[in-house]
Amino acid sequence: MKALVPVKRVIDYNVKPRVKADGTGVDLANVKMSMNPFDEIAVEEAIRLKESGAVTEIIAISVGPAKAQETLRTALAMGADSAILVETDDEVEPLAVAKILKAAAAEVQPGLIILGKQAIDDDSNQTGQMLAALMNLPQGTFASKVVVEGDSVTVTREVDGGLETVKLSLPAIVTTDLRLNEPRYASLPNIMKAKKKPLDVKTPADYGVDITPRIKTLKVAEPPVRQAGIKVADVDELVAKLKNMGVA
Amino acid sequence: MKTLVWVEHDNSAMADATLAAVTAAGKLGEVHLLVAGSGCRAVAEQAAQIAGVGKVHLADNAAYANALAENVAPLVVDLMSHHDAFVAPATSHGKNITPRVAALLDVMQISDILSVEGEKTFTRPTYAGNAIATVESTDAKLVITVRGTAFDKAETTGGSATIEDVSGAGDAGLSSFVGAEIAKNERPELTSAKIIVSGGRALKDSETFQQVIMPLADKLGAGVGASRAAVDAGYVPNDYQVGQTGKIVAPEVYIAIGISGAIQHLAGMKDSKTIIAINKDEDAPIFQVADIGLVGDLFKIVPELTEKL
Ligand SMILES: Cc1cc2nc3c(=O)[nH]c(=O)nc-3n(C[C@H](O)[C@H](O)[C@H](O)COP(=O)(O)OP(=O)(O)OC[C@H]3O[C@@H](n4cnc5c(N)ncnc54)[C@H](O)[C@@H]3O)c2cc1C
Ligand SMILES: Cc1cc2nc3c(=O)[nH]c(=O)nc-3n(C[C@H](O)[C@H](O)[C@H](O)COP(=O)(O)OP(=O)(O)OC[C@H]3O[C@@H](n4cnc5c(N)ncnc54)[C@H](O)[C@@H]3O)c2cc1C
Repeated sequence: MKALVPVKRVIDYNVKPRVKADGTGVDLANVKMSMNPFDEIAVEEAIRLKESGAVTEIIAISVGPAKAQETLRTALAMGADSAILVETDDEVEPLAVAKILKAAAAEVQPGLIILGKQAIDDDSNQTGQMLAALMNLPQGTFASKVVVEGDSVTVTREVDGGLETVKLSLPAIVTTDLRLNEPRYASLPNIMKAKKKPLDVKTPADYGVDITPRIKTLKVAEPPVRQAGIKVADVDELVAKLKNMGVA
Repeated sequence: MKTLVWVEHDNSAMADATLAAVTAAGKLGEVHLLVAGSGCRAVAEQAAQIAGVGKVHLADNAAYANALAENVAPLVVDLMSHHDAFVAPATSHGKNITPRVAALLDVMQISDILSVEGEKTFTRPTYAGNAIATVESTDAKLVITVRGTAFDKAETTGGSATIEDVSGAGDAGLSSFVGAEIAKNERPELTSAKIIVSGGRALKDSETFQQVIMPLADKLGAGVGASRAAVDAGYVPNDYQVGQTGKIVAPEVYIAIGISGAIQHLAGMKDSKTIIAINKDEDAPIFQVADIGLVGDLFKIVPELTEKL
């Protein structure tokens, strides 16, 4: 069974995003970009499934600008076998990403598609579920455990009250939560080897997908800033403040 | 505009998160509800009392018992032939089902809205709440999830909606529910607690977390939260996590203890009315958003505070 792993190039999670002065978006010029952390977890899970024999081949795919090749090379260095870049400099919304992924999956024929539960830039939390809908496949979202057995996969999911387990027939879509695994770092020899692994470049048009946005961004603004307050010297002063506020 | 709101429930009672979604939907137009579940007529009856609701669609079928997206989404899509907008709370179930509905309707979903600015215009957080986007949908229908902390809760009494039974296709045959481990928590639920006491990595281990944080929370009648570091290290279960990828909370008082204040954590709590931080590092970023800070060793401070309250 093949695994298809969509990975997105996003602002590094350590960087504090700044809104552009003209209110058109977030300033990404000269900002460190990395693989979406949830997608690293997705790649890691695919590799572990390959190591355990459940998966035979891992294909990473990204929709984005030419620079997203770096993200794909990271996936290859971690252990993916080949990669596909669907190159576009345009904004691609989750629905269009899902349509592209569906078309790519029709060629790759994966048994599992493992995505991140959300991308830390747009925080949409949609792509995996949309892809599952478009392909009429079951979905195991926010996964903290994935067990493949025969022609099904059992997914433990992080839900509001705790954990929930579902059993899905294969092929299936899984989206990763933080505690699924701890992604490995790529070793230097593997980074070198990754440079020789196949990376195909396509365009949305190759897949016949119209990526015209459905949502117009009218404005992007900083949230209201919170001012730092005061420091109290000791517990007594804190207790007094709490009492003043009617707490305790 | 006619809206359809998905009601979150456990087949016996409605979850609070639904009420904020009803308020948001009310800003768009007429509000209809969907109660899909198994043996859940009591929920529909409860939902029919919510102020401002016109109709409750009740889909009672074993296939809907556990809100499996594969089964619920087609039911919603059927009902959307006579509704203009689908609205769900941005809970884990809401986030699981809604994009599946959106894709089936060929609509781009608007996630986690903070406000309704116009018929098709909304604000929503991006980049862990560091950038608030005002967005306009150009789709024929709307599909939306609602951030619970951003809208008032609709009144749970005063309404007298009619209940209409609907049938859907039932089991899509793609997935099945195996089980759940839902933590039984005597404490107030995080997303509706008035006071939250939250602990971070500094709490060392599960036992210490219990010993230090819980007595303070008990004294205050508070909900208990945690940073990702504390959850990853196993001090508390996953449903305690506050942040970009955990729960979004906005209590009257949020007390952060031994939490540094990473942007991913701040994303989940910076709309709290009053933030109190206890940290031994006076330069910890949490103090940049705290209304009241106390610098010092939590293992001394917290027991003393608990005693003096
Ligand atoms: C160059 C560029 C500039 C953009 N600028 C803006 C902007 O200014 N404002 C704006 O609102 N949007 C912008 N977008 C679009 C925005 O990033 C999309 O909404 C996004 O691609 C999908 O949303 P998400 O990542 O939050 O989806 P989610 O549903 O949160 O993503 C979940 C998962 O889906 C997969 N996935 C998502 N996107 C991709 C992808 N592109 N390739 C591979 N896998 C993917 C990943 O596994 C990811 O973890 C831009 C996109 C590009 C390429
Ligand atoms: C994709 C992604 C998503 C994430 N999502 C979330 C999320 O949803 N929620 C979240 O919380 N994090 C999230 N994180 C993690 C986040 O970046 C931080 O790593 C995490 O919040 C740190 O937790 P902490 O503050 O408990 O630990 P630390 O940063 O280690 O801080 C511990 C603090 O305790 C203080 N301290 C230590 N000993 C004492 C003492 N004796 N007395 C008083 N103070 C003491 C220290 O000064 C320090 O400030 C996410 C990260 C990523 C990459």
